[in-house]
Amino acid sequence: METANPSSADVQAGALERNFAAIEIKNLTKTFGNLYALKEVNLSLETGEFLTIFGPNGAGKTTLIRILSTITKATSGEIVIGGIALKKTPEQIRRQIGVIAHQTFLYDDLTAEENLRFYGKLYDVKNLNAKIAEIISEVGLELRRNDRVRTFSRGMQQRLSIARAMIHEPQFLFLDEPYTGLDQHASEMLTGWLKRVRGSQRTVLMVTHDLERGLEMADQVAILNRGKIVFHERRAAIDPKHFRNRYYEQVARESN
Amino acid sequence: MISKVGAILWKDILSEYRTKEMLGSMVVFSLLVSVIFNFAFPPGSELMREAAPGILWMTIIFASLLGLNRSFVYEVDKGCLQGLMLAPVDRNVIYLSKALVNFIFITLVEVLVLPVFSIFFDLNVINSLLQIFLVLILSTAGVAIIGTLFSAISVNTRSREIMLPIMYFPVFIPVIFGAVQSTKAILQEQPWSVIWGWLRIVIAFDVIFLIVALLTFEFVIEE
Repeated sequence: METANPSSADVQAGALERNFAAIEIKNLTKTFGNLYALKEVNLSLETGEFLTIFGPNGAGKTTLIRILSTITKATSGEIVIGGIALKKTPEQIRRQIGVIAHQTFLYDDLTAEENLRFYGKLYDVKNLNAKIAEIISEVGLELRRNDRVRTFSRGMQQRLSIARAMIHEPQFLFLDEPYTGLDQHASEMLTGWLKRVRGSQRTVLMVTHDLERGLEMADQVAILNRGKIVFHERRAAIDPKHFRNRYYEQVARESN
Repeated sequence: MISKVGAILWKDILSEYRTKEMLGSMVVFSLLVSVIFNFAFPPGSELMREAAPGILWMTIIFASLLGLNRSFVYEVDKGCLQGLMLAPVDRNVIYLSKALVNFIFITLVEVLVLPVFSIFFDLNVINSLLQIFLVLILSTAGVAIIGTLFSAISVNTRSREIMLPIMYFPVFIPVIFGAVQSTKAILQEQPWSVIWGWLRIVIAFDVIFLIVALLTFEFVIEE
């Protein structure tokens, strides 16, 4: 599928065929006035797959995550997540998705436990006390559960953000530049957690411009530039040594 | 729905209890305005009593702007509004919860400021306390209903502190007018029919703007 000079249409026409897609994105387009943020994006992920989308700033990565998370409406196109059409029942889809971004979505003046309790109530989580205890232990914040979030380091806040995103046990995870602002230790913790997620049959879509970390976890790799998928390939078919050059070539070509 | 409104209320009230950012600034501002206007009139004059309803409502409206400005800024700061929107919660539940929180906070400020204001302006509100509270509650509902919607609109603009009053005041004029006139009628011990006539304007605008807000809020917070 990888060609020397693939057009967006070629790349997407060659999208991997499969019997069942956990996430199916067809001809997704988003415009802001006359500006195309996303242009006829087609992607498909099977259950348990991990797709990393790379792209420079302004490529449309965050817009894609916001549309998939039901926060922003697409201009046209179709999205099906877990067999549910996003347009028809966004609330049903929200129950099944978790989002981790560089922003934590946490309230500074609430404690770690209060933040999780708040989000747990919004998601109608059963046995909330037990779930909070379990998940706060998983992210290693038991000793800080009663401390306000504003006293947490950036890494601790991101760990709590992971707990927030997982409190309702979502089947689909969308990660928007999750490594932004993390120190080495926190980044390693996040990578370790993502590796555990990979083994849990959750379907993950991550957007990042961190090539090394993005490639490490991926089953599929795509490059989004100026709203278009300009490269889409299985990770196994990619040589990491040459991918960096490939990425810059694609981005530079589309930018010219 | 009720449990989710309760969760958002609990979160906002707990945060405010800890920071006292909104209530603190609103109460201090209201008291300062009361003191300043008190100096502007000769003590115990008829002119002061005549102007009191207008000054009271301008104080409440300007104080409420301080709180309303914070209402969604607080949610946007760390992307928390996005966190709320990700949850399986109807957008109108978010709106109603935020409007209810604003209503509670503004009413609390009024309860604290009214006694001080009535002393400064030599107003006898004891005999007509129930009527005064009815006006306060209906008009404050209008402040919260309209203010919460415009707060959500202005939070995504570059100069949100300026945008909110610019959008809010022109639309809010009928409610201010009804609130001032009904308060004036109560203080002048006019018949209930006169007071009710003004209150009907307030109620009508509360209902109209609540419907408009419920129909538009989803589009306001989604791009």
